[in-house]
Amino acid sequence: MCYSEDPEYTGAAVIALVGNPNTGKSTIFNALTGLSQHTGNWPGKTVLKAQGTYVFHGKKYVVVDLPGTYSLQSGSAEEQVAQDFLCGKRLQATVVVTDATCLERNLNLVLQVMEVTSRVIVCVNLIDEAQRKKIFIDLDCLSAELGVPVVATAARSGTGLEELKVKIEEISFKRIITNPRRLVYDPDIEEAVALIEQNLPGSVKEHFNPRWFALRLVEGNQSLLKEIEKLKWSAPCEPYRISYSGPDSKNHIPGS
Amino acid sequence: MNLTESPIRDRIVKTIYQEAESITSRVVRRKKSVFDWDTKLDDILTSWWFGLPIMFLLLGLVFWLTIIGANYPSQLLAKILFWGQDQLSVIFQWFGAPQWLHDFFVLGVYRTVAWVVSVMLPPMAIFFPLFALLEDLGYLPRLAFNLDRLFKLAGAHGKQALTMCMGFGCNAAGVTACRIIESPRERLIAVLTNNFVPCNGRFPTLITLAFIFMGGLAGVGAASLTVAGIVMTGVAVTLLTAWFLSKTLLKGVPSTFALELSPYRLPQIGRTIIRSLLDRTVIILTRAVLVAAPAGGLVWVLANVRPGEHSILVQGAGLLQPLGKALGLDGFILLSFILGLPANEIVLPILLMSYLSVSSMVEPDNLLALKMLLVNGQGWTWLTALCTMLFSLLHFPCGTTLFTIWRETKSAKWTGLAIIIPFMVASMVCFAINWTIRTLGLI
Amino acid sequence: MVKKILLSELPVGRCGRVVSLRAKGMSRRRLLELGLVPETEIKTIRHSPLGDPTLFKFRGSLIALRREEARQVLVSLELL
Repeated sequence: MCYSEDPEYTGAAVIALVGNPNTGKSTIFNALTGLSQHTGNWPGKTVLKAQGTYVFHGKKYVVVDLPGTYSLQSGSAEEQVAQDFLCGKRLQATVVVTDATCLERNLNLVLQVMEVTSRVIVCVNLIDEAQRKKIFIDLDCLSAELGVPVVATAARSGTGLEELKVKIEEISFKRIITNPRRLVYDPDIEEAVALIEQNLPGSVKEHFNPRWFALRLVEGNQSLLKEIEKLKWSAPCEPYRISYSGPDSKNHIPGS
Repeated sequence: MNLTESPIRDRIVKTIYQEAESITSRVVRRKKSVFDWDTKLDDILTSWWFGLPIMFLLLGLVFWLTIIGANYPSQLLAKILFWGQDQLSVIFQWFGAPQWLHDFFVLGVYRTVAWVVSVMLPPMAIFFPLFALLEDLGYLPRLAFNLDRLFKLAGAHGKQALTMCMGFGCNAAGVTACRIIESPRERLIAVLTNNFVPCNGRFPTLITLAFIFMGGLAGVGAASLTVAGIVMTGVAVTLLTAWFLSKTLLKGVPSTFALELSPYRLPQIGRTIIRSLLDRTVIILTRAVLVAAPAGGLVWVLANVRPGEHSILVQGAGLLQPLGKALGLDGFILLSFILGLPANEIVLPILLMSYLSVSSMVEPDNLLALKMLLVNGQGWTWLTALCTMLFSLLHFPCGTTLFTIWRETKSAKWTGLAIIIPFMVASMVCFAINWTIRTLGLI
Repeated sequence: MVKKILLSELPVGRCGRVVSLRAKGMSRRRLLELGLVPETEIKTIRHSPLGDPTLFKFRGSLIALRREEARQVLVSLELL
């Protein structure tokens, strides 16, 4: 991935910020990096990814603010930007910023991100708004359910930011190892995923989370096939042609 | 096989959402809230009865505060900056610089920049923070929700309502904001029609002319109504042009529209004001000044170099006279719009400079003097004023906006069309109005 | 008794459950990713002052959909 050549990244830990539109992601970004862009309250402000740095306990961190997105797979341009970035191996940690006042919609993205990378921190932002609206979130329980650290923040007043930085540090330098909750799909899908995963060539496993990659192939993601071309892997093309006998057998892996 | 129609994808998404739902049910507890502010506010701000009137009132309030509030600081700034000009003259004299060098830099470059800053900075410094407060509160998605029907009928995207609002502050900012529109076709429509709402650089021209010709010097109400009418015309032309584009050059079906109405949030007033000042105001002003400085120098040269009996400026105006007359304007007005391409706020100063045939721009010290100059000296009528206002509203985007359009579209074709389309629209509207009024003998 | 209707016909103030999506291609994908998967509870909140779009509440947030999009969603409505 091209961003690994950016001189800004040398010797620094790279952190990605993702989240649904309008969850205060840009406010967190500003608070972490000390940059002060104005952030409005409407979905879709961050269209290009922004980048900033901060130093914590003598270590340099590069924070990349990705465009707000509801999902990693709906195929729009900004989601492609987010997805491409998260798949990169150079990333030390990913902070998923969520809106405490509508956690459910945000957890959808959290679960998707945890399929791509295990080094995830969930930031439950706007916790002050949630309190005002009498919404209570059991953070320990959420952390246990998800298997990754959870930090509550109110970025506008600075609450929780120190703790967020500590968690980022711990994840970045592998002081804590996460155990992300694994989504279990319908048996036929799981069967197909397992089959593909075993047959993925090493070069793909090096660059991508194999389970995630297999899932995308099962649902027929064609842009990933191009990604394989780019990696110029030398393995035979067998994995392309695996088919399986599920109820959707006509939707077997494309590319043949 | 097409990925987008994969039933497997459907099942995967469903599994993820159900998991999110079940985790939420274990983690989140809600007390039925005592008073649901969001719903109450939405009941009013997006209601059938009050939604649109409140929208007009809110925008009207923002404009009114901008116009009224900018007046005093604008005069103060003008005083300071023109005091600076005198000091600059002293310095030039002290160095013994030749007269032409002094006139070029001080009366050409510096004066134009000073004019642009004093006219542009105060309204921007009021408009952008006010707008940012509405933004932070969460009002803008509601505005798009209220207006979407019109934009849908025009074949445009609902979020264009948001970019249009940004355009009131600055069209360049409005064009940049078009990034929020996902569909390329609808984004282009929004980019190409953004300049039909008057920006802060054009408001002073509109207000000045409205005060002089529409309301009389006392009729603030009539003048305000005129400005409001011009703004509504701009919105109407935006929709009509969008409709025309989506039927011709940018054919296509409206893309999926899903707009989340995010919860209202109490804005942090102090921080919002400071950030919007730093981010938007300063950046846009810097850009405008960088354009205005060379433009000021150029205009000075044109007004002072005399290849024949008259300066280049006067000769150019002579060439444009027939076209100008057909549009209800005159050659000088048309030339001022062309020379004012770098920044809309220098159009009126250029016009006055050409009229007075003096070597540098002047700002008549009061509106009565300006009226005398235009009516008695140059034979302006209310029709001239109306056509000038409409031309100012519709003509072509300023240099900064054009550069932004080029940067956003990376296409010479669309940047070119961003000049041609508004120019055609402005010409047609002005010609039609001029012809109709004159044929009917209303003047 | 349960009646199946289009989401665009779900009256203001009523709740329904998503049965299926009729949309194809990109627009199906976008609706899905918004969380309009089968079984999702959805409520019509209000129409825009000009009649369209319509505001819906589902999965904890307010989302406005144009009539064309709402017509792509089939919901079940429990008749009282």
